[in-house]
Amino acid sequence: MQTPWNIDFKIGVALALLVAGMGIVSLFYTPYDYNAMDPARRFISPRVSHLMGTDNFGRDVFSRVMIGGRYTLAVSIFTVLGSAAIGASLGLVSGYIGGLWDEITMRFMDALSSFPGILLALVMISIMENRPFTLITALLVLFIPSYVRIMRTGMLQYKNADFVKTAQIMGASHLRMIFVHILPNLATPLLSATVLGLSNAILAEATMSYLGFGIQPPIPSWGRMLSESQNFLFNASWCVLAPGIMIMLTVIAFHYIGEGIRQRYCG
Amino acid sequence: MNFMTRRLVITIITLFLVSVFTFAAFTIIPGDPALIMVGIETTEEQLAAVRSELGLDRSLPVQYVSWLGRFLTGNLGNSVRFRGASITDLVLERLPVTFSLAALSFLFILLISIPAALFSAPREHSLEDRFVNTLITINISLPSFFSGVLFIWVFGLLLKCFTPGSYVSYQENVPAFLGYLLFPALAIAVPNAAMVVKFLRGSLLQELRSDYVRTAYSKGASRGQVLYRHVLKNAVIPAITLLGMIIGDIFSGSIVIEQVFGIPGIGRLLIASIASRDYPLAQTLVVYIACIVILANTLVDIAIQMIDPRIRVK
Repeated sequence: MQTPWNIDFKIGVALALLVAGMGIVSLFYTPYDYNAMDPARRFISPRVSHLMGTDNFGRDVFSRVMIGGRYTLAVSIFTVLGSAAIGASLGLVSGYIGGLWDEITMRFMDALSSFPGILLALVMISIMENRPFTLITALLVLFIPSYVRIMRTGMLQYKNADFVKTAQIMGASHLRMIFVHILPNLATPLLSATVLGLSNAILAEATMSYLGFGIQPPIPSWGRMLSESQNFLFNASWCVLAPGIMIMLTVIAFHYIGEGIRQRYCG
Repeated sequence: MNFMTRRLVITIITLFLVSVFTFAAFTIIPGDPALIMVGIETTEEQLAAVRSELGLDRSLPVQYVSWLGRFLTGNLGNSVRFRGASITDLVLERLPVTFSLAALSFLFILLISIPAALFSAPREHSLEDRFVNTLITINISLPSFFSGVLFIWVFGLLLKCFTPGSYVSYQENVPAFLGYLLFPALAIAVPNAAMVVKFLRGSLLQELRSDYVRTAYSKGASRGQVLYRHVLKNAVIPAITLLGMIIGDIFSGSIVIEQVFGIPGIGRLLIASIASRDYPLAQTLVVYIACIVILANTLVDIAIQMIDPRIRVK
């Protein structure tokens, strides 16, 4: 803990605080009602009263961006936590048991990850009814294989270590050895993969909602805001740029944090 | 040949799992496909007739085998949404579009990433290298639909390099068709190229530190000679593996970018079929795209072991 945090990590944390701060503030306060339409105030360019201008219905883009970020972040966080928990457990157990079970799990993960990312999410979306958790479930499946691989590799590395054998001799159960003795050693790669996964989840959520499979109106989401205002690109570029830049900043934030953690602990 | 056999067996298993998974996924969908096809106002006999026509009254393994047979022979029946149009025709008409788009983006990825990596790696920690690194992070974080929209805005509307929405079919005019695909292909290429640059740069840096580089320098080779003749050859091999994996991402990108630029390819058909709940069409497209990606990956793996015999030993 003596080495100072690297610059990547600091940039990442600063950006993440900015984005998360906007989301948290939007719980209590937005400059305007995000759905209040005003035909007299359509396509106002960015200025002090409307920081990011207004859209084709005269809605304040800044307020919508604040609210939209909330859902993007919530969906991504639930997705990543879920897939990390399931993927890590599967990977650890599979690496620990080894043999046929391991082979079956890994072939299954190969099959899952051979689907191009978006394709798998689209399959999941199309076979489930459109409920609020559909997107989270769809994206969750998408990210499981990467955690399985990381944790399985880690498990193989520690499986035959002396401290594991000692624990075994002392009568620890299999579950205790996996989760109490081995898992803490793999905490850092798991943390770094989770934060990097978060940036991928945000990209995936934004893409799905751009394609129209995200959270449904009237609640705004960054991806759908972008697709809806694409037609007014020439007259009102701010409607497109605001959500687009926000997505980018959020992804960059978690990318830098993840890289920072990786560089600090993994050399 | 041992490697090749094992690789092919894995490919076949993966293809099998993917087809079973897709079949199972689209079979457990709530709702009766027969009911969707004929509408609600039908008698029980009519419904039963459609069910037996679709083979829905048979057991699941039988349904799977017959579906697989029809898939392999290209006799997939008609789409629910595009009434009367056969699924095979719909797919075949759009396949060249997506393929051209994918091929162009792949070309762009190579054209961008190799020079960028060769430029930044020997200048590690310099200002230029930092600049390239920042550019990489920004581009990896750029959602492909946003880069697509930015291209439409900057190159289409502001600089007027092309007219957005003026897609020309390849059956009419091939040069104009390819011309319209240039910017979409670039939009798909940019985030993927950034990944390749990042990887290739790391791989170049690792090679530059190895002993044979010092030997080559001590024998009087110039920096260019060392870089191009010795280092690049070794560094490019792990990068080819990444290129194989990127094929999947190109198709992912293509699904999105076709939507952004209004290109009638496989991706757009897929989104339309899912949005309109046309499951037979969606199912076919999903298996098609997954198979293309799996086969492309296999080819890349086999190509690598031909280029680099060391991998066979590992």
